[in-house]
Amino acid sequence: MSARLELEGLSKAFGRTGVLHAVDLCAEPGDMVVIVGASGCGKSTLLRLVAGLETPSAGRVRLDGRDITPLDPASRDMAMVFQNYALYPHMSVFDNMAYGLRLRGLSRAQISDKVGKAADMLGLGALLSRKPRQLSGGQRQRVAMGRAIVREPRLFLFDEPLSNLDAKLRLAMRVEIRRLQKSLGTTSLYVTHDQVEAMTLADRLVVMEEGRAVQVAPPLEIYRRPATLYVAGFMGAPPMNLLSATLVADGTAARLEGGMVLPFADGRRSGADGLALMVGIRPEHVEVGGERSSPALPAQVELREPLGAETILICRLTGGEMVSLRLTGEPPETDRIEIRLPARHLHVFDAASGLRLDPG
Amino acid sequence: MTPSRLLTHGMLLVGVLLFFLPVWLVFAASTQDASALSRGEISILPRLEGFGIYWQVLTGTGAGAQQGAVWRMLGVSFAMALAIAGGKLVVSVLAAYAVAFFRFPLRLVCFWVIFLTLMLPVEVRIMPTFELVADFGLIDSFGGLVLPLVASATATLLYRQTFLLLPDELVEAARMDGAGPLRFLRDMALPLSATNTAALFVILFVYGWNQYLWPLIAVTDTNLQTIMVGIVRMIGTEGQTYWNRVMATAMLALVPPVLVVLVMQRWFVKGLAEGST
Repeated sequence: MSARLELEGLSKAFGRTGVLHAVDLCAEPGDMVVIVGASGCGKSTLLRLVAGLETPSAGRVRLDGRDITPLDPASRDMAMVFQNYALYPHMSVFDNMAYGLRLRGLSRAQISDKVGKAADMLGLGALLSRKPRQLSGGQRQRVAMGRAIVREPRLFLFDEPLSNLDAKLRLAMRVEIRRLQKSLGTTSLYVTHDQVEAMTLADRLVVMEEGRAVQVAPPLEIYRRPATLYVAGFMGAPPMNLLSATLVADGTAARLEGGMVLPFADGRRSGADGLALMVGIRPEHVEVGGERSSPALPAQVELREPLGAETILICRLTGGEMVSLRLTGEPPETDRIEIRLPARHLHVFDAASGLRLDPG
Repeated sequence: MTPSRLLTHGMLLVGVLLFFLPVWLVFAASTQDASALSRGEISILPRLEGFGIYWQVLTGTGAGAQQGAVWRMLGVSFAMALAIAGGKLVVSVLAAYAVAFFRFPLRLVCFWVIFLTLMLPVEVRIMPTFELVADFGLIDSFGGLVLPLVASATATLLYRQTFLLLPDELVEAARMDGAGPLRFLRDMALPLSATNTAALFVILFVYGWNQYLWPLIAVTDTNLQTIMVGIVRMIGTEGQTYWNRVMATAMLALVPPVLVVLVMQRWFVKGLAEGST
């Protein structure tokens, strides 16, 4: 039942404006692939191209190796969950779920059997005769999911399905979506702008920027080895600290604007002397005080955000750059502190191209 | 009750009286003696023994019944108004559906041409319309009575607006569920604009019911005489006008549209309550 989805050079332009530029992507059977990006990056367009609601300007969509690009949405055997649920307002919960099955010519008995199963799975059993307007946001979301599930499609498409829910409900539904998707084992494409949703749901994560898929990888790899400056800044909250620097002559270290030299722990980077770099470090990797192994930077604490389990400190360096820290222990009492940027946690990017620079 | 509420109710009462008084006068006059009425003597109180005029008018009996039985005119008018309202709804729904949901060449041109016909009611185009209907051999037929009045820009515009308000996702969800254009029209667009349909039906029915000029020239056969034409023909054609008959016919002419409003009102109030999410 579960299918393998492949996108080959999928592009879309509206008039002269290119929205999507040759996106390649492969979702293995049963995978939850999450597409994340800022609004306007083309992630919804990508989903709609897969659904068949838009026609691509170039490229192909394959399902289990079969080219389905010319097919209309109904014959693609996919189900979509929309951001605003798109329930049929004049139909009961039962009819909302049954509609697609009726159009496919299933018998009454089959329909009520399938709808009943889906309703049980989603805890909608008692609500089947209600109309959508009599339901809460979370319940509507469930019905929208139910409508997708009963069809037993080969692919689920989720278009920001949780963004209309309040924070607490969003968390609960997120867990539920993941659980359902795992137990059904249906390949899924999930679009969101919420990076926490993206990180927690994804088997594979696609970060999109201006119509391009800039990095496709498992979520932790994206977090640990962002491929570009954009990905580094986009994933993670608070975002990765990025400091301007230059490459020293032999390529073994970066020189910050204040003159401090940060040696690389993992090897030398090739590049001209004085190449403009951006050096990144996650807030949780910045140390306060600590060992003398790496050089210390004087910093002034500007803001403390106690979150209970951890504290976020926003500090200003002498050069004026802002650095955020995530501390799990007791935060320092004074506002004048010394921070260290451990070499093994540094991310190095070419400032001009935005690409990650790895040793070698 | 606060003074402002008293004032509101007072004004409403004045309004009700203003509208009700003429109707009451017609009703009172319909029960008076014909000769008394033609002398200009009109009582504000109905005369009980005059009620029999309604039966006479309906069945076309008694003095001054040259125009025939009114039940027949009521029937013709009702059928005509129903056909006009129904026809207008069907034509407009299809036109609006096309303009709102499909991309085809000259879509906007089509829309504006429909829009422009608002400025061409029957009265303006009556000569060419008559010519056309005559060429089709439809004079003195029910089709000829109804067809020229069936196209409606107003209803098309209203349906278009209603359809445009349906969210795109709804259309897309239905497409993914496998609903083709006609399915979507039947299962989504029509049920979701039911309130609109009910309100339009009332307006269009009353419009059809009130038609005078076109039925007057398109039909000479008394079997196809509408009640509006009938009333006018009762007045002073030859000799004496039986004003009590005229008034009684006018009262009877009020009944069907009022019933339609009362029945449909239920529907669209229900629709309004259900439509709000």
